[in-house]
Amino acid sequence: MAGVMTGFGNFTHAVVRAIPSSLAKEALRMNVLDVDLVKAQREHEVYVGVLKHKLGLQVIELPADESLPDCVFVEDAAVVCGDTALITRPGAESRRKETEAMRRALKELDLNIFEMSDENATLDGGDVLFTGREFFVGLSKRTNQKGAEILADVFKDYAVSTVPVTDGLHLKSFCSMGGPGLIVIGSSEPAQKALKIMQQMSDHRYNKLTVPDDIAANTIYMNLPSKGHVLLHCTPEEFPESAKVFEKLKDHMLIPVSNMEKVKVDGALTCCSVLINKKAKV
Amino acid sequence: MTTEVGSETEVKKEPEKAEEQPAAPEPPATNQTDEAKAEEAAEQSNESPALATDSAEAPTEAKENQEEAQPADNATGQEGEDPPASPPASEKKGISRFLPPWLKRQKSQSAVGPKESQVTPKEEGGVVLVKEEGEKAEQAEAEQTSLTTAAEPQVEEEQVKGEENKETEEGGEEKKDQEERLKPEGGHYFIKSPLKLTKKVKMVMCHVTMLDGSQFPCEVEKRAKGQYLFFKVCEALNLLEKDYFGLSYKDNADQMCWLDPTKEIKRQISNASWQLAFNVKFYPPDPSQLTEDITRYLLCLQLRQDIASGCLPCSFVTHSLLGSYSLQAELGDHDPDEQRLDYISDFQFAPSQTKEMEEKVVELHKTHRGMTPAQADTQFLENAKKLSMYGVDLHHAKDSEGVDIMLGVCANGLLIYKDRLRINRFAWPKILKISYKRSNFYIKIRPGETEQFESTVGFKLPNHRSAKRVWKVCVENHTFFRLMTPEAPTKAKFLTLGSKFRYSGRTQAQTRQASTLIDRPAPYFERTSSKRISRSLDGGSHLWALGNFISFFMYFSQMRLHFLIPQSGKLRVQGENIYVRHSNLMLEDLEKTQEDVLKHQASTSELKRSFMEATPETRPSQWEKRVQETVVVEEIRVAPKGSVTITTPEVVVAVETEVEKPKEEVIEEVKEEVEAQKRSVSVSSDSHSESEEEAGEYHPQVTVSASVDQIKEEPEKEEAKDHEEPDQVAEPVAEPESLPEVEVDAMPSPAVVEETPVAEPETALVAEEKEEEEEEEQPRVNGDVSHAETERIPQVICCSEPPVVKTEMVTISDTFAAQKTEIATKEVPIVHTETKTITYEAAQLDGSGDGEPGILMTAQTITSESLCTTTTTHITKTLKGGLSETRIEKRIVITGDSDIDHDQALAQAIKEAKEQHPDMSVTRVVVHKETELAEEGED
Repeated sequence: MAGVMTGFGNFTHAVVRAIPSSLAKEALRMNVLDVDLVKAQREHEVYVGVLKHKLGLQVIELPADESLPDCVFVEDAAVVCGDTALITRPGAESRRKETEAMRRALKELDLNIFEMSDENATLDGGDVLFTGREFFVGLSKRTNQKGAEILADVFKDYAVSTVPVTDGLHLKSFCSMGGPGLIVIGSSEPAQKALKIMQQMSDHRYNKLTVPDDIAANTIYMNLPSKGHVLLHCTPEEFPESAKVFEKLKDHMLIPVSNMEKVKVDGALTCCSVLINKKAKV
Repeated sequence: MTTEVGSETEVKKEPEKAEEQPAAPEPPATNQTDEAKAEEAAEQSNESPALATDSAEAPTEAKENQEEAQPADNATGQEGEDPPASPPASEKKGISRFLPPWLKRQKSQSAVGPKESQVTPKEEGGVVLVKEEGEKAEQAEAEQTSLTTAAEPQVEEEQVKGEENKETEEGGEEKKDQEERLKPEGGHYFIKSPLKLTKKVKMVMCHVTMLDGSQFPCEVEKRAKGQYLFFKVCEALNLLEKDYFGLSYKDNADQMCWLDPTKEIKRQISNASWQLAFNVKFYPPDPSQLTEDITRYLLCLQLRQDIASGCLPCSFVTHSLLGSYSLQAELGDHDPDEQRLDYISDFQFAPSQTKEMEEKVVELHKTHRGMTPAQADTQFLENAKKLSMYGVDLHHAKDSEGVDIMLGVCANGLLIYKDRLRINRFAWPKILKISYKRSNFYIKIRPGETEQFESTVGFKLPNHRSAKRVWKVCVENHTFFRLMTPEAPTKAKFLTLGSKFRYSGRTQAQTRQASTLIDRPAPYFERTSSKRISRSLDGGSHLWALGNFISFFMYFSQMRLHFLIPQSGKLRVQGENIYVRHSNLMLEDLEKTQEDVLKHQASTSELKRSFMEATPETRPSQWEKRVQETVVVEEIRVAPKGSVTITTPEVVVAVETEVEKPKEEVIEEVKEEVEAQKRSVSVSSDSHSESEEEAGEYHPQVTVSASVDQIKEEPEKEEAKDHEEPDQVAEPVAEPESLPEVEVDAMPSPAVVEETPVAEPETALVAEEKEEEEEEEQPRVNGDVSHAETERIPQVICCSEPPVVKTEMVTISDTFAAQKTEIATKEVPIVHTETKTITYEAAQLDGSGDGEPGILMTAQTITSESLCTTTTTHITKTLKGGLSETRIEKRIVITGDSDIDHDQALAQAIKEAKEQHPDMSVTRVVVHKETELAEEGED
């Protein structure tokens, strides 16, 4: 059994969910944009393919539910850290049922499941940034204090600090972990402000990688046995300037993944999967 | 014996001189004439705590004077024989008998109250500070004078001891007290001694809950300070890295409070139960840096307690993992044949543990096969230290809007929690000032990059007490984790105005440094089970009967101290509740670091000593400064009064003999007298170290810097201080000035006021007196045998004088010069040059040497060990005002049962030292004795 806080970025499994046809019209979005459903689905297939074939993760693919247009964004339904999983209570009423399929999937993976049963609590996984040493929880339109408290209760080993998110949908709409101790952060004022708060609240020091585009700061970092540091990030087609920044990460295996359609409904790279480290039973 | 006589003679002279001088200058002078009484009065006035003792002392002093007179005669004639007779021989305990009356007085004074005694010392002080432990007076005697007659002292001591014991047992405390007053009190441990001074020593049984759940009963004097008990506990645990720990108690509101080591226990514990607990006070952020397994083990016990009580929240997985390491450490490898689940359920791994968790624990336990207990502890700590609430001390509070929050004080700063969420964090570097007022607690925040003004954040605590408690914890944690030394070197640093409270222990940096010096085989200790039903380990198992540890400290140098320097009043600043911290502290500290390191290294022996002796640890610089200041005051007073009373802490019998050089024994004697006076000063310093508790009360914050600047000797004298001293030396120049300033700011504490006025005039007088006395005395002294013993030691010295700012100093120096001239002629030329200044200092005793800052040129420590003795030689070369001074400090630790003849050992050691360094004078001999608990109790 691994000790506390070891193996940041080690993942063996991923939970994803297919895109329902309803996404194009009914998925929640902050800006009114038309989504090309087919393109989005193709995009998602590539995404899952990278996880499954390129990175060798065991991918659990949940079927789409037409009554849940946002169900592809599985990240918001659960927070998994180590052997513990917290099934969230998404801030958007329409998304609450997304957790059911997620709960079943995680139970099958034999994780310790915690529920967020408090009716006053809301929390989207997109607001939860786990750095390897601690949690930052964005207090946003989707996540409230109570939800953060419950998360803190579940993950008792870690400090849980709250960060106000005034702009953008989620905390991770403008930041993510790009490696151990490396925070990728957007350059917008709200993003920089949030970073300062995180730095002040933390007992640990983090390096930062600033990218011109906030949404490009959403990346997926993994540390895989055969691959080393792996970073899934935006493509040069989407954000040419930001993509250049990632080129500086010489130690990382860089994998540009297109996300042009899903981003229209505020979906970022991290939103589309729940990563799990399921080690062989000790 | 001869020495004693000599000293006596000197004493007589001194008083006379004192009288003469005093008349002119000031009351202090008169005091000298009046001697003991006056001094006592002054002391008392200055020092509130020791009042009782003082009163007691006064009579003693009177007696002493009488005695002295007699001895003086003897001295003129022959020194050796007198000592026993002079003191109320029968009463006196071994060493004390040998010691000259004044010495005894000193001791008694010291015993009474280190603080007070310090003040008084002048008359006697010139002589030697002898702190005799009531029980084992032996050493003190040996030190100063009697050294020559090793055999006699020994015998006497033995007798004395026997008597003492009998007395103590039979006569009861009162008798002892009386005896002690008159004579040197028994050498209780430093801690105890102050208490002992009191006429009636009431003993109280404390019960300390150890980390394994066992009870440690410990009898302490009713007026014992927290430190005494703490050291007893650490001693019982065989714990050297004790700075991370502390004693706690529950106040009336059932709130856990830390026992202030510098204050009397009974003044802190509200209830009559005297029930305390031994706990980790500062959780080391990286336990792997601890030196000893036993320290890690104790930390593990604390963490298991924290985890089981829910204070340290963990996830299920972590509970299981930590539990499995606990099993491995306590049970060893998992035994597959044994059905242990039932057994396992006796252990508590979590506040509420399930069968599932127990199974998980066992499952994990299997994976630790082959791991030693120490390795398992290490793994336990490596995981526990990562927990977010590790080492966070939580306090309930409300924010400005009345919302319930928690304040978490930790190594890195102040954390603000709302429920379980961290909503803010103020790292120490961000905090400019910490204060409290009524039930409010405030932190002033350094302005951010874009901000222009500092902001103050206020929190509402449930009540005033809790506000102060948070404040204290903050001050302590900041000091411990962020500062290199507790002291505030410069004025600037020492902005601390505010409550007198400061952290007085060693900082983490210091304790780490000290730990590197730990050189002992890993002590054996039994890992007790963490079962819910704690085994009843009797305290007994943990109580190790301590053999008698006697260590002798000899300081050779030519310097005299001028302790007195003006610093006295400075330290105490009464701002009640403000603690100003410099965010730059670390940087500043870093600058000091190298010096400190050197010093620390030098003080290695000291560390050991402190451990062995249970000497109080070094205090924070601030504390030291204050103490020193205090000391200074005392010295001044002493000078006028002439009384030697030494503040010496109970334990140690410090005899400082300053033998000016091997040249003439006479000189030595004279010096001894002088020294005695000085010693008194030094004693005061000692008292600081020893009785941080005692001294602390008065001058809670003694800044090291002050001590450094002014008094080098004092620091040296004090074992604990030694470490500090080096630092002081380095920094001194700046500090002295600063101190004065500080004083201004400082509250006009009574002590200060007294000190200041008295000091200058007194000093002058003293110096004159001393000179006269010395001159007269010296010749006589020369003949004395006693010198021989003490004399040889010395190495060095030169003097230095330092740049003491005060006029007083000057006067002193003159005196000294006079003395030296006579004596000096014979002595090293160097001395002459420096002479006046130096001499005076010498005359003043401690003050001269100490006061001078100087530049530390080199420092080296040599340690040699034999069967039951460890000799540590610490050689420091310092440049002071163009003069180079070499100081050799030898520490000889004799470990063994009471059947060892300590007196002989001491005498032998001193002889050897003298032989080794014929050129040097012995400026001080400190005998530190540690006895078994029982004995102490007797005292």
